[in-house]
Amino acid sequence: MSKTFTLDGKTIPFKDGQTIIQAALEAGYYIPHLCYHPEFKPHGSCKLCTVKVNGRQTASCTMLAAEGQVVESETPELNEERRALTQMLFVEGNHFCPSCEKSGDCQLQATAYHLGMMSTHYDHFFPNRPLDASHPDFLLDFNRCILCSLCVRASRDVDGKNVFALAGRGIKTRLIVNAKSGRLADTDFAATDKAASVCPVGVILPKRRGFAVPIGQRTFDKQPIDAYVDNRMVREEG
Amino acid sequence: MNPHAAYLDPILTRHGRQVVNLMQILREAQEHYGWLHPDAIDYLAEQLAVPRAKIEGMASFYAFFYLEPRGKYRVLFSDNITDRMLGNVELMNRMCRNLWIEPGKTSEDGLVSVDFTSCTGMCDQGPAILVNNIPITRLTESRVDAICDLIREQVPLAQWPAEFFQVVDNIQRKDMLLTEGFVPGSALQAALARGPQGMLAEVKASGLRGRGGAGFTTAIKWESCRNAPGEVHYVVCNADEGEPGTFKDRVLLNSYADKVFEGMTLCGYVIGAKQGFLYLRGEYRYLLEHLNRVLERRRQQNLLGTGILGKPGFDFDIEIHLGAGAYVCGEESALIESLEGKRGTPRNRPPFPVTHGYLDQPTVVNNVETFAATCHIALNGGAWFAGIGTEKSTGTKIMSVSGDCARPGIYEYPFGVSVRQILEDCGATNTQAVQVSGPSGVTVSRQEFDRILGFEDIGTAGAFMVFDDSRDMFEVARNFVHFFAHESCGFCTPCRVGTSLLRNLMDKLHNGLGSPYDLAEIEKLNKLLLSMSHCGLGHTACNPVLDTIAKFRPAYDARMLHQDFTPAFDLDWSLQAARQMTGRDDSGAHLSTVEEQNP
Ligand code: SF4
Ligand code: SF4
Ligand code: FES
Repeated sequence: MSKTFTLDGKTIPFKDGQTIIQAALEAGYYIPHLCYHPEFKPHGSCKLCTVKVNGRQTASCTMLAAEGQVVESETPELNEERRALTQMLFVEGNHFCPSCEKSGDCQLQATAYHLGMMSTHYDHFFPNRPLDASHPDFLLDFNRCILCSLCVRASRDVDGKNVFALAGRGIKTRLIVNAKSGRLADTDFAATDKAASVCPVGVILPKRRGFAVPIGQRTFDKQPIDAYVDNRMVREEG
Repeated sequence: MNPHAAYLDPILTRHGRQVVNLMQILREAQEHYGWLHPDAIDYLAEQLAVPRAKIEGMASFYAFFYLEPRGKYRVLFSDNITDRMLGNVELMNRMCRNLWIEPGKTSEDGLVSVDFTSCTGMCDQGPAILVNNIPITRLTESRVDAICDLIREQVPLAQWPAEFFQVVDNIQRKDMLLTEGFVPGSALQAALARGPQGMLAEVKASGLRGRGGAGFTTAIKWESCRNAPGEVHYVVCNADEGEPGTFKDRVLLNSYADKVFEGMTLCGYVIGAKQGFLYLRGEYRYLLEHLNRVLERRRQQNLLGTGILGKPGFDFDIEIHLGAGAYVCGEESALIESLEGKRGTPRNRPPFPVTHGYLDQPTVVNNVETFAATCHIALNGGAWFAGIGTEKSTGTKIMSVSGDCARPGIYEYPFGVSVRQILEDCGATNTQAVQVSGPSGVTVSRQEFDRILGFEDIGTAGAFMVFDDSRDMFEVARNFVHFFAHESCGFCTPCRVGTSLLRNLMDKLHNGLGSPYDLAEIEKLNKLLLSMSHCGLGHTACNPVLDTIAKFRPAYDARMLHQDFTPAFDLDWSLQAARQMTGRDDSGAHLSTVEEQNP
């Protein structure tokens, strides 16, 4: 008999050492998330994956599953708070979806649709974030960065390169690259890096491939994000 | 050859070329140059074999590391509400006018920069500034003018008048902790006689709880750490006294350092640690030499080092690690990250530091005052200690009293003292409110002055800021909200964005553009910060606003432009710069309205 917990009343089996989100996704149940990726150590920063475990709210990507836990996820209350977090991410950066190459493949956008976000609600910050087009093959549009650190983890843990790092503090937190000039071209970043394909939004983009797949035929045009459930499928499709 | 190698090499050698010492390396490197030159970072990255992005990422997290040139004289005005009440804004404007510079910018000749910083822990003798990290207290207009002259004449800091740098203890009421006569080593002797288990039993019997605010039972921490498997165990003293309005650790470290170090050594004895760290906030840099001297003396007295007091195998030493301006490092897991030379981001918990702390090893993190208290438990026993204070809050508490009162300073009371008693003792009159425990604590209004300090009622880390009837409690809350937005570590979405949204809402109210809608938005943000934030900073960021809305509602109502919805956008306000540039001064330009709204 494997160990189990319940998620919104459904019984979810898990193996020791698995987090709640890992077990849930594996069992086919979607919990919204942005900074979690099944191939990397969890970060626990976006807080979209927050659930109620035995009455207490906690991030499901860092919380280990335990026998008999009672987990709530799809409650109006939690989804309203997740929606607010998504709105915060939108106003913090500059997200102009209609002109974004990632539109339709973007997890932030797809999550916003999933959560029924109809407006950004809060006043926009309109930060001034310059573009980095120095690299021959890739473009960095920091305007859309949600500071999930997936590229940091991919470059460090898979590529063994440390091309990306988080810098600054508070609302001034930003992504930097590992070069004195601050330019991607002066790092050892390569198009074949894991970090090149891991960004959930439209920051790390290949050049000369704009709109190769027409809008309407993209990942989340085909089906909503929760239908993919296991994150890996999103990656392969997208 | 890198031009920075000459001064960096000795620093690197002193720190064993260890990446965990990166923060201390950067601090010393910066003391040499005033800022961290990109070539210096290159050299350090190469020598330490770390990506330069790691160094930049870390350095840019802390307020006191500079990646761009700053003035030769770097002036930082402490910006706690108590400094505001003493006129720091006017004094800063005066200094900037005198020196012809803009706040936050470096003068064109690179001579001086002037800016604000979070509370520097001098609230009882403010307004205070830091000049190249050294505190100057009791600022007046004439002192400001004198400082400007010294800067213009480029007089080295060491030759400035000594009285500028005077920091007094201001002890107004003493109880056990602040009584003189402690003999270094006496508490260790007593503990050795009891044995580690016996000492732990006394701490247990004492009921001692952490003095940093959270009030976790000390004995449980020590026992879990002692029992946790690990190659080595560590003792960490949290002297990152960043909660605005708190300055008791400054006094304990200045005049009672032996007690603090001895308490740490006791803990090392109980949990079987050989290494301790004192994490000293960057604002207290001026205490570093003094503390190192005390440590050196204790080594000579065989109270630190190997075979302490002749007991074979009892080895313990203490190192001081200096912070660099980040309030969030007061959170114990963020403090440990910082101790490891990283960005001060709170960790995901569990696991907790008692099992996975410094370098992933079992670690006890306690407050300065907690360690000092353990000396008295060793000397007089747990039962004696438990007899002081109240049932749930044993022992004494040191309060840092500042604001509108005749005698600001340090007051030590047995737990259970009422707010009213402290107000009487410090000579406060016409008091409308007290902020207990700093911005993250509670705003206590006149009707509640009979409440007591203690974990059963008002738990506290020790700040006690007094506001009389002349103060605007809305502005108090707004100052605190700015503080949280400034100090959010930026790791998690709710706190990173939410504290800035909250700040913008409070500024909107300040500008006279508020509506009840904004109050509802504040309540919503509060709920979100409380339930979704990663650490205590986000959880408590709304406290001062909610408390003041509940208890000082008229201060908010006075700022409402309409009783219903008001947009944050104001056409006249947005156009004012353009109108001024084009020289429009007719009544249609509404310049006067704008000025009134934005003093
Ligand atoms: S990154 Fe996503 S959310 Fe942001 S602009 Fe692009 S599509 Fe929209
Ligand atoms: S660039 Fe993309 S992957 Fe990297 S932190 Fe920003 S949003 Fe995350
Ligand atoms: S997915 Fe768990 S915090 Fe981001």
